[in-house]
Amino acid sequence: MKISPEKALAIATLARLEITPGQAATLGAQMDDILGYMDKLNELDTAEVEPMYTPVDQPGALRVDEVTTEFPRSEILRNAPETDGQYFIVPRIV
Amino acid sequence: MSDLTSLTLTRLRDELAAGRTTAAQAVDACLDRIAATEPRLSALLAVPADEARAQAQALDAAGPDPKQPLWGVPLAIKDVICTKNLRTTCGSRILENFVPPYDAFVIKKLREAGAVIVAKANMDEFAMGSSTENSAFAPTRNPWDTERVPGGSSGGSAAAVAARQAFGALGTDTGGSIRQPASFCGCVGLKPTYGRVSRFGCVAYGSSLDQIGPLARTVGDCAAILQAIAGHDPADSTSADRPVSDYQAAIQSRTDLGGLRIGLPAEYWGEGLDPEVEAACRGAIAAAEKLGATPVPVALPHTRYAVATYYIVAMAEASSNLARFDGVRYGFRDTEAQELIDMYVASRSKGFGDEVQRRIMLGTYVLSAGYYDAYFRKAAQVRRLIRQDFLTAFASCDVIAGPASPVPAWKLGSLTADPLQMYLMDIFTISLNLAGLPGLCLPAGLGRDSGLPVGLQLFGPAFSEDLLLSVAAQLESALPGLGEPRGLA
Repeated sequence: MKISPEKALAIATLARLEITPGQAATLGAQMDDILGYMDKLNELDTAEVEPMYTPVDQPGALRVDEVTTEFPRSEILRNAPETDGQYFIVPRIV
Repeated sequence: MSDLTSLTLTRLRDELAAGRTTAAQAVDACLDRIAATEPRLSALLAVPADEARAQAQALDAAGPDPKQPLWGVPLAIKDVICTKNLRTTCGSRILENFVPPYDAFVIKKLREAGAVIVAKANMDEFAMGSSTENSAFAPTRNPWDTERVPGGSSGGSAAAVAARQAFGALGTDTGGSIRQPASFCGCVGLKPTYGRVSRFGCVAYGSSLDQIGPLARTVGDCAAILQAIAGHDPADSTSADRPVSDYQAAIQSRTDLGGLRIGLPAEYWGEGLDPEVEAACRGAIAAAEKLGATPVPVALPHTRYAVATYYIVAMAEASSNLARFDGVRYGFRDTEAQELIDMYVASRSKGFGDEVQRRIMLGTYVLSAGYYDAYFRKAAQVRRLIRQDFLTAFASCDVIAGPASPVPAWKLGSLTADPLQMYLMDIFTISLNLAGLPGLCLPAGLGRDSGLPVGLQLFGPAFSEDLLLSVAAQLESALPGLGEPRGLA
């Protein structure tokens, strides 16, 4: 078993998710099932194969870096759960 | 005219341009149809009736504009695509109240073309799913049998088109999410080449896989929508800076399939294929032969590794993309948490549904130290082999054909308990996204036992949308139509 309930809890912490011990057992078993299936890729020898991370032949074409005003501040703040009209407000950090 | 919604998009467009009907009448016809069918389907998440009516009235006041090819045409938009001042939820609680301050590139293009947005369409949460059962709001039902799923993740778009709630729709296709629901609902769906359509303003799932594309009731209708949304966009660095073909002209210039070599990959036509799906798709190939096409055997030998490869890549990209949902700038925030990290965790855990959390977890795992090479890098290497299979196959054929799904639409709830079984249903659609190539799904016929739609996929080389559309239009005219969805009778 790759994903014990403890391991599932540790992955959840990395992913900024909270799961109950009960969910950890279920999720761990499902992840085991899925990762076990993914192990079939090891049947293939890919030592000489260059990884392909995108279908684009020449990735990274950048547009001209120009300063523009796309939105008024109020538009960007409109969807925020909490603001002071100028900034996003978050709970205390330290 | 009995009911405007029974016209195809292209026919409606001609009626509007000639002044034989008005944009307001077209919009009202869709709103009436939505009112009549939506309680049984849950295909839509929002119907901005007032805005649509106001826009239609403004268009009518100005009069038809020949420079606007979709003038007055009502469309539905998958709710993963940002619409200015119109709620865009991605089918998720975490974005339940998100109102974008801007239009996606494709929405801007549709508005410029004169189209009217009548609805935002339901979907699997963040486009993660193959049945639209993962919507946080309601599962969409298939117009052909409301006990069955419409496919996914663009199930709302496909059901809306099949039920004539709109004349066409936009969907997104990360691993088959346009083509498979098109197959299940009996419509035409096109996943363009990666880079053909800008993804600016489309909420990201798997960024190296996602593409926006049309769903509609005919091939010509799909061509009209694609014509409006294709093209270069400097705001999407993966957008291709190359000319867009005239898709309608491509369709009109072809009168048969003489000389066309259709590759039939053994991996798509054998084991695991439902007999009625196979029969309907073989029937479509026979129709292509009558039109002059020649079937040729081809091989896509890495198909058996595609599901594993796809889900590693998609989940890894999803876990990165969905890190942005943290309860700070937009979306749901849990207000009970006292400290920042606790707020992130609580907001995400309460805001995301089970399948999204499962994919974030798996993506986090395959990208984590010690597992990156074994999973993510390995999958990226196999991805190249999968793409090479296609390039090799296209050396001996012009298009590739195969079923879109091994089975017709399944019953709601029948696969939800076993995520891996649901993933395995994507076997015929996902390779294309890994390779970045275009694919079109059109109705091949109805299953002889189930009476459910069966879709045939056509794959082409990069940027061959004109070829796919012209071949599909020939096949469409040779095959009997499916008729009205039986679940709404």
